[in-house]
Amino acid sequence: MPETVFSRPEALRDVTTHYCPGCTHGTIHRLIAEVIDELGVRERTVGVAPVGCSVLAYNYFETDFHEASHGRAPAVATGIKRARPDLVVFSYQGDGDLASIGMAEIIHCANRGEKVTVVFVNNAIYGMTGGQMAPTTMPGQVATTCPLGRDVDHAGHPIRIAELLSTLRTPAFVARASVHTPLLAVNAKEMLRRAFSLQIEGRCFSLVEVLSTCPTNWGIPPAEATRWLEKTMLPYYPLGVFKTPESGSREPRPLDRGVR
Amino acid sequence: MAKKLMKGSEAIGEAAVQAGCHLFFGYPITPQNEIPEYMSMRLPQVGGTFVQAESEVAASNMLYGAAGSGERVMTSSSSPGVSLMAEAISYLAGAELPVVIVNIMRAGPGLGGILPSQGDYFQATKGMAHGDFRLLVLAPWSVQEAADLVQDAFDLADYYRNPVLVLGDGLIGQMMEPVEFREGRLPIKPLEAKTWAATGNDGSKPRSVINSLFLDPEALERHNVHLKEKYDRMVRDEVRFQSYGLDRDYDVLIVAYGTVARVCSTAIDELAASGVHVGMVRPVTLFPFPYQAVREAAARASSVLVVELSTGQMIEDVRLALANSKPIHFLNRMGGMLVSPDAVVDKIRAMADGRSTEVVHA
Amino acid sequence: MQNDVIMAGFGGQGILLIGKMLAYAGMREGKEVSWLPSYGPEMRGGTANCTVVISDRPVGSPVIRSPRAVVAMNLPSLDKFEPDVRPGGLLLYNSSLIDRRPARQDVTVIEVPANEIANSLGNPRGANMVALGAYLGATEAVSIDGVVEVVRETFAAKPGVIEVNITALRRGHEIGAAHTVGAGEA
Repeated sequence: MPETVFSRPEALRDVTTHYCPGCTHGTIHRLIAEVIDELGVRERTVGVAPVGCSVLAYNYFETDFHEASHGRAPAVATGIKRARPDLVVFSYQGDGDLASIGMAEIIHCANRGEKVTVVFVNNAIYGMTGGQMAPTTMPGQVATTCPLGRDVDHAGHPIRIAELLSTLRTPAFVARASVHTPLLAVNAKEMLRRAFSLQIEGRCFSLVEVLSTCPTNWGIPPAEATRWLEKTMLPYYPLGVFKTPESGSREPRPLDRGVR
Repeated sequence: MAKKLMKGSEAIGEAAVQAGCHLFFGYPITPQNEIPEYMSMRLPQVGGTFVQAESEVAASNMLYGAAGSGERVMTSSSSPGVSLMAEAISYLAGAELPVVIVNIMRAGPGLGGILPSQGDYFQATKGMAHGDFRLLVLAPWSVQEAADLVQDAFDLADYYRNPVLVLGDGLIGQMMEPVEFREGRLPIKPLEAKTWAATGNDGSKPRSVINSLFLDPEALERHNVHLKEKYDRMVRDEVRFQSYGLDRDYDVLIVAYGTVARVCSTAIDELAASGVHVGMVRPVTLFPFPYQAVREAAARASSVLVVELSTGQMIEDVRLALANSKPIHFLNRMGGMLVSPDAVVDKIRAMADGRSTEVVHA
Repeated sequence: MQNDVIMAGFGGQGILLIGKMLAYAGMREGKEVSWLPSYGPEMRGGTANCTVVISDRPVGSPVIRSPRAVVAMNLPSLDKFEPDVRPGGLLLYNSSLIDRRPARQDVTVIEVPANEIANSLGNPRGANMVALGAYLGATEAVSIDGVVEVVRETFAAKPGVIEVNITALRRGHEIGAAHTVGAGEA
């Protein structure tokens, strides 16, 4: 009697994606779909797709979807959730979409404590438009709009969204994951499960930042891209849970000794 | 229901509630703050939701999400805020989402001022944002009509699956007049269940995707053709205007909309008392514009006077209507200054004795 | 027949309130009414004003450049609106706070010591009601009984001030009635 040990999640459509080889969008899509299936909420889930590489995400999930304009997915998600609190609402956004043009929307969505889940894919580059500098591009990293590498004196330092959002007083679940190894992917799925569960329980806003690779626009082969992520991104973007609905606000610390 | 003395802004809010709109997303801007303020008080009373968004950009995208869920939803703003919403309005039109947007116009360009203006006519009727779309645009001239048109706007939005813009000015928003909300009001259009809404998919219907992206040019062209057919139906079925003083012979025809037409009606009455008869056509829908009504009424006049609170925007539609068949004169104020009845009377007299220069020759 | 009036004073004098009460009473008498406040920069610099139109026919312009009546509660308001009163119209001014006599000879001028009367009634905040009463007495734009009803409704939450305001209204009405001018023709 053959036993099914691996199959496509119901929440994932049986289609070929447009993602490049070595990109982890496909893995992240699958993890989300598995979580939706396992929580049994596919029939009442509505996704919100961004502008960026995952603009066509609505073609890949077997759920209802909204395609939002650039950066506005958290506002669109707010509208859906406020109109239909019974729905499970998630947005799927990249770093240009969420951390640049959509910075206001994400901060205020989190700060209002909207009961939605945001999956934030950070690959340190603008993918769809061809490799321009993103707000999360690493110092010294070459991009088409910083051909000599990101100059932090000129462009500032990369924005750490998970850390930034975890400073908000409003209860939330904020975590950062990566999926470039099987073990990390399992951890990422657990974070996604926690994020969706908290929404379904009506507890809080949730965001999982997922580090991703972009061999195409980083200009390196997939295996090398994985090593670059580990060597360059992980030290700056540490993985873990930054905020839970139980954790309180951060208290200000006293000035360091010697500062006058 | 008995008549109530209400501010235009409050009447607009109440009309939305009466029309079954239980969702409002907005951002403060003068001179329309009384609308979100009213909704923040009123919506919780009916189990609805008010959200003050972080920006007009966000508010209009909240509209997108709520409308895509099949619920009636509204926002209001004033000129600079509407510019910020323009992007989302294009998406709303592209994704064919029914929403009602109220623009209480203030003077511009830029930050401009906060007093009444009609400077957003072009934006509302011709060029709100990128892409190839139209909004149904309704222009009330009284508080009662504002309330009526807001209710109609929800029906029209649902029927056409298209954003509807209610275009008022600071006067409409700020003044108080008696308003009556008729009980048992029925929709003005046959409305169907919103099976297209993205509300979860249990397999009983095709998956719903709220979207304006069509990467296949043939598919996008088909979509554009579909939208055009919709706009053509609006042009055929939704033209609204009011005639004033056309039951007598007249030498001059006035074309004006909104509160400016109110001012003109007083001037027309004053002139009639001195034996000078002037007619008026007041467009109630700015898109679709009542070209035929203006053309037919102008055919009985020797000249036409357009009155606007702008540098001259609606006058271009009047030119299209008349196709150089009549000379057109123009009276306007800008910057928040108002046209007074006296100014209209003076202009009509100046036209009669040759002191007014036409801006469009026949 | 139409009555229209611009009521003006400084913020806190209750100008917009008496304008609303007038419009509300007119509506309750079955008349067509509009109430238009000044807003924006005009509200700064000392004056607040509103325009009230009460008519037998649908109200045309809610903006009145040459009103049939002006009620000026302070000097800046008199300076601003005195030139605008329609010839043959009515100009009521609060002589308690305005130390010059209006210059216009072609309008009916009514001197209303609104603050002095209000103070004498032990109701220093009732000067606006005195002025409204005077306007009603001079024009009969709406019936004073109707406005009394509106006063009772408006101050329902503060029953202690109802009677003093009605008294202020009636005292003003007596002053205005001595100068009845009637309404202008539409």
